Amino acid sequence: MIEENIMIEMTYRDALRQALVDQMSQDSNVIILGEEVGRYGGAYGVTKNLIKEFGEERVIDTPISEAGIVGAAVGAAMSGLRPVVELMYVDFIGMTMDQLANQAAKIRYMFGGQIGVPMVVRTQGGTGRSAGAQHSQSLEAFIMHTPGLRLAMPATVNDAYHLLRQAMAQPDPVIFIEHKGLYTLKGEVDLNATPLPWGKAAVLRQGDDLVIVTYSRQVHYALEAAKKLAENGIEATIIDLRTLNPIDFETIRPHVERSGRAMVVTESVLTCGVAAELAARISEECFDFLHEPIVRVAGEDIPISVSPILEKGSVPNPQMIEETALKMFS
Amino acid sequence: MNSTAFDASISSGSNSRHVELYKIMRRIRTFEERVGELFARAQSAGSMLHLSIGEESAAAGFCAAMEPMDKFTTHHRGHGIFLARGADPKKMMAEIGGKEAGYCRGKGGSMHIADMGLGHLGANAIVGGGIPAIVGAGLAARHKQDGSIAVAFFGDGATGQGVLYEAMNMAALWKLPVVFCCINNQYGMGTRIDQATANPALHERAAAFGLKAETVDGLDVEVVAQAAQEFCDAARAGNPGFLAIDCYRFYGHARKDKSPYRDPVEEAEGRKKDPVLFSRNQIIKLGLFDETELDALDDEIAEEMDATIDFTIAQAEPPLMSLFRDVYAPSEPEPEAVRTRINRILAND
Ligand SMILES: Cc1ncc(C[n+]2csc(CCOP(=O)(O)OP(=O)(O)O)c2C)c(N)n1
Ligand SMILES: [Mg+2]
Repeated sequence: MIEENIMIEMTYRDALRQALVDQMSQDSNVIILGEEVGRYGGAYGVTKNLIKEFGEERVIDTPISEAGIVGAAVGAAMSGLRPVVELMYVDFIGMTMDQLANQAAKIRYMFGGQIGVPMVVRTQGGTGRSAGAQHSQSLEAFIMHTPGLRLAMPATVNDAYHLLRQAMAQPDPVIFIEHKGLYTLKGEVDLNATPLPWGKAAVLRQGDDLVIVTYSRQVHYALEAAKKLAENGIEATIIDLRTLNPIDFETIRPHVERSGRAMVVTESVLTCGVAAELAARISEECFDFLHEPIVRVAGEDIPISVSPILEKGSVPNPQMIEETALKMFS
Repeated sequence: MNSTAFDASISSGSNSRHVELYKIMRRIRTFEERVGELFARAQSAGSMLHLSIGEESAAAGFCAAMEPMDKFTTHHRGHGIFLARGADPKKMMAEIGGKEAGYCRGKGGSMHIADMGLGHLGANAIVGGGIPAIVGAGLAARHKQDGSIAVAFFGDGATGQGVLYEAMNMAALWKLPVVFCCINNQYGMGTRIDQATANPALHERAAAFGLKAETVDGLDVEVVAQAAQEFCDAARAGNPGFLAIDCYRFYGHARKDKSPYRDPVEEAEGRKKDPVLFSRNQIIKLGLFDETELDALDDEIAEEMDATIDFTIAQAEPPLMSLFRDVYAPSEPEPEAVRTRINRILAND
């Protein structure tokens, strides 16, 4: 039987919700735990109406107890459930860090491989709402620095759907970071298509002059910059990592080798960030091919302000990516 | 217009005290209404603005018992508390607008307003985040023997956070001059208190740690003020406490929330617990002021608060170069901008 492709236009938010619905329908062991996920429908509306469809037993409103919620998910996962926690803001991950880094991440290893912790923590990060220093961060590097935790960050609507479903089927804990600036993004989802495998980066644009490696909202900024660069005769390859653990270096390698120029773009801060890891790998593995230093375009090493003008000035934008690329050729 | 902190020398239950507390509450309510207006006019920095309308008695009543050197932290719904401690509404509004003239130069905003000069160690956007700092402030007060106390203001939702219990235990263990003041407006976002705990008698938990503990109704600011006085006096004598003040969150959680999860009947009932109206009626009943005089007072406050919006709109954005200021002490070098760094790296070929 040939399955037909079903292309549906929806928002990033709806794609996430659809992924939860489809996965919950398929696997009765999936439960959702989090603050305001039930009656309120999620602070950003992702879990809207799920409580009506799946009931209070599976969509559980919790007190404001992040450490306890994540810890409960660890125990539930070890007891045969597939918990999906919604952490309202990634900024609250500090409160859950013991449960994530010392418990969830280490249980399989410490206990000699007896059991895994198949849970997902969905959360969202990033700037764009004047939400201030404690509600606007990009903290993926915290997670990447902890072996044992998987990390996915969807940039597109299609990935919001497929990556979340894949995350919910992983054998190990996955931190799934959405971007608050993408929830209303519209795009097509092919519900029946075989998605790109988990852990594989996507090449969204091909060009011979430069490769830009990025993820999450900066993918869109990089694509915008690439259009402008093309007007100047510079053709960029854009790679969307999709997952940051695992990192798909094999997709990056040939593009760096071909173009000899690599830029890494992140909204998260520069120092000890995702870009640092990628730049190090590129330089180690592709050193002989490079014509220019690998350039990191990243968030400033500062907290995020509530003032819109300062907030915007704290993170990369398309112009900054474009200008940096031009400098790499001057 | 008097924008200083409540004059604690005015004796409890006295006529001028009734009026003074009413004034503070009216100023809070009017200020919060103007915050709503600032948002509606798209002049606020974002929409994460949490109004304390319905909770004015907690702020006015509790702060009436505090002394000028006392320290405090607040939660994200802290405009009223700060006003009651003597904040300048213009500098507050400018901060809420993300302007350079604000208390925190536009960097903090509504949820991170602070003023060390007034003992405000900071509002917080992390539920429970500001609570343990008062344990430290209490240790410092004791160390310096300065007679001050420290108060943590937080919402009922923060009782879900483990850090509250760690802080309460240390405060009780070390007999620190601190008070935990829980403003129970019955909701944490869309979650009603009885959906977040099996025992909503919150003060009972504090009692279990050995803290002086009580819940008072927030309808009558005078009742709140009297309880607060007892708790502050006890704390100053080395008996820390936990005071819960019951009230009702009149409007949505933040500016975009219309509380669709609330029963309209419950909401109408809840809004009847209006401490500002109650105080106004008391004043009339006691014959201290008549309607006309109170209207005149309200108008004066309205004018003052209208001016905060005009002031805010007229203020400048923070300069872009301030981005790198105050990450570290002024004596330290500022972090290098990413752009500067890129230019440096790519310049020499
Ligand atoms: C650690 C943490 N978890 C969740 C949130 C999101 N959040 C902001 S306010 C709030 C409700 C807080 O309720 P309460 O403490 O009662 O204060 P209220 O808003 O009622 O004044 C929640 C869940 C947060 N800011 N910080
Ligand atoms: Mg509350």
